Amino acid sequence: MSGMTFEQSLARLEQIAGALDRDDLPLEEALKLFEEGITRLREASAALADAEGKVRTLLEQADGVFGTKA
Amino acid sequence: MTHPGATAAEAISVLELTSAAKDILEGSIPKLWIRGEVSGFKSYPSGHWYFTIKDADAAVSAVVWKGATFKIPAKPKDGDQVTAFGQLTVYPQRGNMQFAVTQLAADGEGLWQRQFDETKKKLEAEGLLDPARKRALPRMPRTVAVITSSEGAALRDIQSVIKRRHAGVHVLLIPALVQGEGSPESICAALERLARLIDAGAAVDGIPLPEVLIIGRGGGSREDLWAFNHESVARAIAACPIPTISAVGHETDVTIADLVADLRAATPSVAAEHAVPLLDELRDLVQKLSGIMADGLQDRIEVGRRDLQRRADGLSQRAQLVSERRRARTERIAQRLAQAAPRLVERRRARVAALAAGLEARSPLQVFQRGFSVARDAEGRTLTTLAAFVPGAQFELLVKDGRVQATTDAVHADAPHLRTDA
Repeated sequence: MSGMTFEQSLARLEQIAGALDRDDLPLEEALKLFEEGITRLREASAALADAEGKVRTLLEQADGVFGTKA
Repeated sequence: MTHPGATAAEAISVLELTSAAKDILEGSIPKLWIRGEVSGFKSYPSGHWYFTIKDADAAVSAVVWKGATFKIPAKPKDGDQVTAFGQLTVYPQRGNMQFAVTQLAADGEGLWQRQFDETKKKLEAEGLLDPARKRALPRMPRTVAVITSSEGAALRDIQSVIKRRHAGVHVLLIPALVQGEGSPESICAALERLARLIDAGAAVDGIPLPEVLIIGRGGGSREDLWAFNHESVARAIAACPIPTISAVGHETDVTIADLVADLRAATPSVAAEHAVPLLDELRDLVQKLSGIMADGLQDRIEVGRRDLQRRADGLSQRAQLVSERRRARTERIAQRLAQAAPRLVERRRARVAALAAGLEARSPLQVFQRGFSVARDAEGRTLTTLAAFVPGAQFELLVKDGRVQATTDAVHADAPHLRTDA
């Protein structure tokens, strides 16, 4: 993963989809973008397939260190 | 009949007297509403409020203890016509009678409205309610922060809605008192804690940093929702580093917090719906993007293919033209060759004939034909010089039609037949 959030992946995907819709884009560039798009799609799909979300309560110790409890 | 203080010797303390008066008053007059006008209002550093409630005919001292002030949205002003609910009592230490107020309502626009309007006006003047300040919510937060009571129905509602819409989203509760004394401070503290967490920038226990906040509580009385009209709470919400959704009470309740938040949701459940999109909708969106991308590339390739085809067509046309021109030239050459061949053969044949004729002319046989003869010795050697002829020796003479046996009689060096000048 590139460390992109779902949000960022999605935004980049929209950008790529828009760029690919342009006919004046050099083919080589189009292929490169498509390849990147596939990567972002995988990331986005992986984010959607995430495991069960947790429900936690935030705790803050006196020294400012954060923790949680169920 | 005797009782405490019946005689000088049995004199009681002042406190005993005022305490007895307090008990009698509280025992015989129930808590009740009175109506009157506020005057001499004073708020003390201790947190208690003191004033007088009076009408045309009488006045009574009134107090709102610190613990009760949180239920009253705004401090009353002198001249306010109010209804006050409370207990008539005696403050034993001072011996004065006072009406201990626990609920206070102003006539007309009312204290709630006054407080709401004043706070709103103030925040508006500072630009905190400017629609341009509203931030967009993330489309898919991995973690939703929730500031509410850990006991309330709001948290349960939010949890169940999020789980139904997208079970992969984490919920991080930052508990706060949402009603009663100290609730504004508690909510502000929770907001500050969230800000520190975001500022620290690290996931906690595998839970990514929250990307959106739901702040609120379930339905309740106007007094119960009061904390969310508090100016300090509004400011803390405005300063929140992530987009905020307020969800206070029911549809009809609008609080200052609602005005400041990036989005106002009618209820906590609705807030959760805004915060977390349906997983299926997201899958559709990703699917759609994937389609658009693939189609885009397909189209782009098609454009490229057509372009290539066009060029290829042009190239093959040109190639055909070139090869046709070349074929024509080859044909012309072949034709010329075909025409030239017979003449060449003819010429060559003539030359061969000429050569043959030459050869024939030079043939030794021709020499005999022309009347010459050749002398040869017994060994067959041609005798061509004077020295070859030995007088007395025999030799053979070849002539046109045979051989002649001869003998050399004599040799003579003079040779008139060779002279060209004769």
